[in-house]
Amino acid sequence: MTDTTSPAATHTAAPTKGSWSFLRGHLRQYGILFALVAIMAFFQVATGGILLKPVNLTNLVLQNSYIVIMAIGMLLVIVSGHIDLSVGSVMGFVGALAAVMIVNWHVPYLIAAIACLGVGVLIGMAQGFWVAYFRIPSFIVTLAGMLVFKGLTLWLLAGQSVGPFPRQFQLISSGFIPDIFGAEGLNLFSLLIGVVVALGLLAMAVRTRHHQHKAGIEEEPFAFFAVRNLLVVAALVYLSWLMAGFRGLPNVFIVMALLIAIYGFVTNRTTIGRRIYAIGGNEKAAMLSGINAKRLVFLTFANMGMLSALAGLVFAARLNTATPKAGIGFELDVIAAVFIGGASMSGGVGTVVGAVVGAFIMGVMNNGMSILGIGIDWQQVIKGLVLLAAVIFDVMNKKKG
Amino acid sequence: MAAILEMRAITKEFPGVKALDNVNLSVEEGEIHALVGENGAGKSTLMKVLSGVYPHGTYDGDIVYDGEVRHFRSIPDSEALGIIIIHQELALIPLLSVAENIFLGNERATKGIIDWRETNRRAAELLSRVGLKENPEALVDDLGLGKQQLVEIAKALSKNVRLLILDEPTSSLNETDSERLLDLLVEFRAKGITSILISHKLNEVSRVADTITVLRDGSTVARLDCRQGVSEGEIIRDMVGRSLEDRYPPRAPKIDGTVMTVDGWTVHHPLHAGRKVVDNVSFHVRKGEVLGIAGLMGAGRTELAMSLFGRSYGRDISGSVAINGKAADLSTVRKAIEAGIAYATEDRKTFGLVLDDTIRRNIPLARLEAIADRGIVDRHREADVAERYRKRLAIKSSSIEQETVNLSGGNQQKVVLSKWLFADPDILILDEPTRGIDVGAKFEIYTVIRDLAASGKAVIVISSEMPELLGITDRLYVMNEGRFVDEMPTSAASQERIMASIIRSGDRA
Repeated sequence: MTDTTSPAATHTAAPTKGSWSFLRGHLRQYGILFALVAIMAFFQVATGGILLKPVNLTNLVLQNSYIVIMAIGMLLVIVSGHIDLSVGSVMGFVGALAAVMIVNWHVPYLIAAIACLGVGVLIGMAQGFWVAYFRIPSFIVTLAGMLVFKGLTLWLLAGQSVGPFPRQFQLISSGFIPDIFGAEGLNLFSLLIGVVVALGLLAMAVRTRHHQHKAGIEEEPFAFFAVRNLLVVAALVYLSWLMAGFRGLPNVFIVMALLIAIYGFVTNRTTIGRRIYAIGGNEKAAMLSGINAKRLVFLTFANMGMLSALAGLVFAARLNTATPKAGIGFELDVIAAVFIGGASMSGGVGTVVGAVVGAFIMGVMNNGMSILGIGIDWQQVIKGLVLLAAVIFDVMNKKKG
Repeated sequence: MAAILEMRAITKEFPGVKALDNVNLSVEEGEIHALVGENGAGKSTLMKVLSGVYPHGTYDGDIVYDGEVRHFRSIPDSEALGIIIIHQELALIPLLSVAENIFLGNERATKGIIDWRETNRRAAELLSRVGLKENPEALVDDLGLGKQQLVEIAKALSKNVRLLILDEPTSSLNETDSERLLDLLVEFRAKGITSILISHKLNEVSRVADTITVLRDGSTVARLDCRQGVSEGEIIRDMVGRSLEDRYPPRAPKIDGTVMTVDGWTVHHPLHAGRKVVDNVSFHVRKGEVLGIAGLMGAGRTELAMSLFGRSYGRDISGSVAINGKAADLSTVRKAIEAGIAYATEDRKTFGLVLDDTIRRNIPLARLEAIADRGIVDRHREADVAERYRKRLAIKSSSIEQETVNLSGGNQQKVVLSKWLFADPDILILDEPTRGIDVGAKFEIYTVIRDLAASGKAVIVISSEMPELLGITDRLYVMNEGRFVDEMPTSAASQERIMASIIRSGDRA
């Protein structure tokens, strides 16, 4: 970087000491991104380049999409100071419901999908109702929900797998966005989307920084800003180029990206987001500030139900069948992703991007270790230790600060 | 008399801050020694050095106790020699019994098996020594704060205390309990137990202390001998480094028409359905007026305020409220805020702040819509608002990005106050607005109150410090046992008159 030519150089050519203290203060945000990059680099080398092969990369996205979708909802639940243990079961139940409706009852898949999302919302509301308005601990309500929906899934499927789904329904998971340019061997449209989104993000970052500069808000040193954003842009372009070389961007990828953008915005920039963080940080103070904590917690659970249902549809479409075992244990992966992403058990702390990165850290490790032929036994051990290490890092970091 | 404790040239540094700079403290055997100073003067740090929280080697200087230089490495080291600290925030386990708490970590047991009969017998003995008539098997949770404080002292006695250190012991006690605690210290003195009393309440200090050490900005600035007579003014001057002739800013009230009228307000206890916590209270407050509500702890003042503020306390609430002559609906906090009421809590950590959040995010919390367009927060407007209040209330902080958990008590209080100033109420209820904060910050908060009233707002101040009420209000109500028992213009009020109406009303009941 040629700092001297930058108009902001006078302001940002801060002494290294300032940069270091900034880094220390924001270690968590950089740390999680750095960890993901490091883990990817490690497996890229260890697997002899298989990890970032277009087909594997596409698989990686597909395999983790439902975890990411639920992690976004879980982030809100955990930030508000609660937890939802039922998401895996709800996801399995909704997948089963979709299968029964579409395959057995021949309901049009679009109507079935919408109905399933609605059922997800209702399930979330039913659980959120007890948590928010009767103050039953969410751990217990959703533990009960986990058992209930696991049972209902078995009942609904009568212990059998139900499938296959019609072709259009499968496209939710296995479809790719069409290439309107029709170039040979490369999905140009997908690449273009990647580039446009990357540049859009860059423009937004520059604009925000400009505003911060004008408002005199503490800003990150220019070198960090530049490196971080260049890395993000390069990674996005590179990944979309890789995937464009296979079959293009999967439909699910677009759904995921939209959810990340929407929920990232809601948590960061809206009054609803602010209020959810305040409730998790100090519920009593939030209520005495005129915030309707009960309603917001209720809505957080309803939202979680909807996203679990969406994940259920995606998962069923991907397997092309609904099985009684679908979703079992997924809640643990989802919760782990959110905590690896820096959320606090006691509420009030955490980011959507962190949760998504956390989910991908888990996903890359699953994928990389499978390629390396590491058994499921040791995979579990290693993932457990990574979760523990991430949280220990958080706690230590907070103590020092 | 010989010195039991001498702390010589103690210096303690934290990264970037010298918390203690060459501090000397000399305490004689069998005296009550008061340690005073503003918040952040270094009192707590000094006591942490003494008790071994900061182990030997992390500070410079010597601790001489009982004639020998001591190297305490941990709290058990200092406790073994009879140095016991009772912290401001009590360290009792609420759902254990009194006896269990007294012997916690020091159980009456043989080979790990607890002898309950011995435990309860010894506990009863200790309780009688502190003058507490309670069953040793009662749960601590069922005792009032004053009695809990006595349990802590009994616990200290069980460890054969020789030097008892009390950090702000009366800050959450009412007058009667405070008196009782101070009497106990005097009794201990007669039995040869030395005490160090850390307190903000100078009247208490001058009542019981033999010697006073004043700390300011991490240094010893004075050692005063009370036996030769020391005035509160002298102590204050040493504490703040300037003379505070006026503890209260001067004001010229401009009082206008009535803004709020409360009629027949009755509130029942949330758990004990039959108990009236607020009983048929009627009052009014006018524009530009600072109204005080005096009373003892537990008189129902906080409960009155919180029940008015969106029914945040109690149940079966009855009575009516009119604001500007029209009946007001205060059934939720949101509606109360919209009706123009704000309530700044007495317990800022539990009810006032989102501690892990920054100043910037705390201040606009009660009126987020004012910094947002269609639900989207405008971060620049937010930063402007936070910065404006940070300057206006002189909140000592590195920037608006500082987390409120890291602020001192006075500055936390200013953040809470900022939040409610930004909500722009017509009627601001302040519950113990200066509890636990130092003289300098108190003055600043009084100034804010004065300016608010001058701008035509009505301010209601609930306080247990009578001099404060007499100093800043225009009119006073006295509350006792859930009822308003007296009303007087402040010009005609005195501490004696307030106490007299409390006592008289108690007799009647």
